[in-house]
Amino acid sequence: MAETVVFAVCAVGAVASGAAVFVVDSMARATFALLASFLFAAVPLLLLELSYLGVLVILMMVMEMMVMVVFMIMYMMNPAGLMPMSMVHNKAGSLAVAAVTFAVLAAGVFLVPWPAREGSPPADPTRQLAEAIMGPHMLVMMLVGMVLFATMVASVVLSTPRGRYDRYGDDLKRTRPDDPIGGGLGR
Amino acid sequence: MIEGDASPLSLLTLLALLGALAYAAAAGSAVLHARAVGTAPVAAVSAPARESARLLVQRRRTVPGADALLWRLGGALLPVAAALAALVVPLGSTAVSDLSVGVVWFNAMEVLAWCAVWLLGWGANSVWGLVGGYRFLIQGLSYELPHMFALITAALGAGSLRVGDIVAAQEDVWFAVLMPAAFAVYLVSALAMAFWGPFDAPVGRDAAGGAAAEPSGADRLVLLAGRYMLLAVVAAMAVPLFLGGGAGPLLPGWAWSLVKTLAVLGALVWTGHRVPTVRMDRFTEVGWMVLLPLSLLQALVVSVLVLVR
Repeated sequence: MAETVVFAVCAVGAVASGAAVFVVDSMARATFALLASFLFAAVPLLLLELSYLGVLVILMMVMEMMVMVVFMIMYMMNPAGLMPMSMVHNKAGSLAVAAVTFAVLAAGVFLVPWPAREGSPPADPTRQLAEAIMGPHMLVMMLVGMVLFATMVASVVLSTPRGRYDRYGDDLKRTRPDDPIGGGLGR
Repeated sequence: MIEGDASPLSLLTLLALLGALAYAAAAGSAVLHARAVGTAPVAAVSAPARESARLLVQRRRTVPGADALLWRLGGALLPVAAALAALVVPLGSTAVSDLSVGVVWFNAMEVLAWCAVWLLGWGANSVWGLVGGYRFLIQGLSYELPHMFALITAALGAGSLRVGDIVAAQEDVWFAVLMPAAFAVYLVSALAMAFWGPFDAPVGRDAAGGAAAEPSGADRLVLLAGRYMLLAVVAAMAVPLFLGGGAGPLLPGWAWSLVKTLAVLGALVWTGHRVPTVRMDRFTEVGWMVLLPLSLLQALVVSVLVLVR
């Protein structure tokens, strides 16, 4: 019973704060409405006893939204995002897409023949979930992870306007790099 | 000494203890300040109480164009984050809740402080507040990864994310001895997490108080109390993670937990008064070039130790 109440509160809260993202007229409020929506979505994971995943979602979403708020407000049309601005683009189109998606998903809830539970939940659902997702694909996941990491390093290296020759001189013989911003390691 | 079936710590006891520790930190800070400026240190013990009374009757200052909702939310979030993080910190052998993922929970709740300080700074519609809020985020990005690796290294040493298991794993040797680099990184990031000196740039005097520039009256009281609570809770967590929890001779477990917490808290408060404020553009490079590789190496050493044991 308590679980149902918590789930209902979270479900309504997630939808309401998700809608609030587009109603409020400030970048900061939109960001934190979105964060609230994510946190409401994390609590049902805890209800499923996936405590690691649930807490991790809370942790990652808070950090992620705080990084996002920096960039969103930094790059908005008005400095620091302090002026009111509309959060909506292509109002009619997005409303239609959202309504259709919601209708399809809601219809799915009633139309799909959901299987009944067989057996009892495992002792450590997080491990079971991880093995179900990753088990036979671990090698692929590791390779993809390495490729992603290499891509990130390569794109940073390629996009940075200052390379090692700028920092250490044409013969790379400068003992202290010449940086426009002083660092914390004796420069 | 881990008793098996201790009844869980009551929430009220925890909050009272957290409040007492926060007051102790504030009073200790006031005493250090009084000694530095040459006024009576004994009178400084009651300084936080007098300051609280003053703030409670002070009239709230208003700022034109402030986002009052987010501003108030930011202030209120700080003590709430500290209290939520404290739920998994054991006192002796009992915690309010010894979650199976206690370490992750602790980290998730202390990261809420990022939101709190940024909201405080942004909501005030003040340039100094905004500068302070952004400084705290930059600081967070500089210490959070080493901080996480320090937490993970302690969990790795015990093979569990449950705080109780981490305490139990230190029966023979404290993790502070086994993984000194992780302990050091934890203490540094604990100071930064509570934006206590030398990491007090987010509320620095050079920015007229930064994120704390505009709040006044009760708002300011909540902000300051939340900050000291945060400092108390990160100090308290160092004890189960690295200092063997409630283990010790003669005294019962809860007393040892408190003694060790007070020792760590005292060290943190003292450090904040001794070390000058670090500039964030300088600390960022230290965080990424020194602390992060250091904490990774420490995690590697501990994982090898765990494997060969």
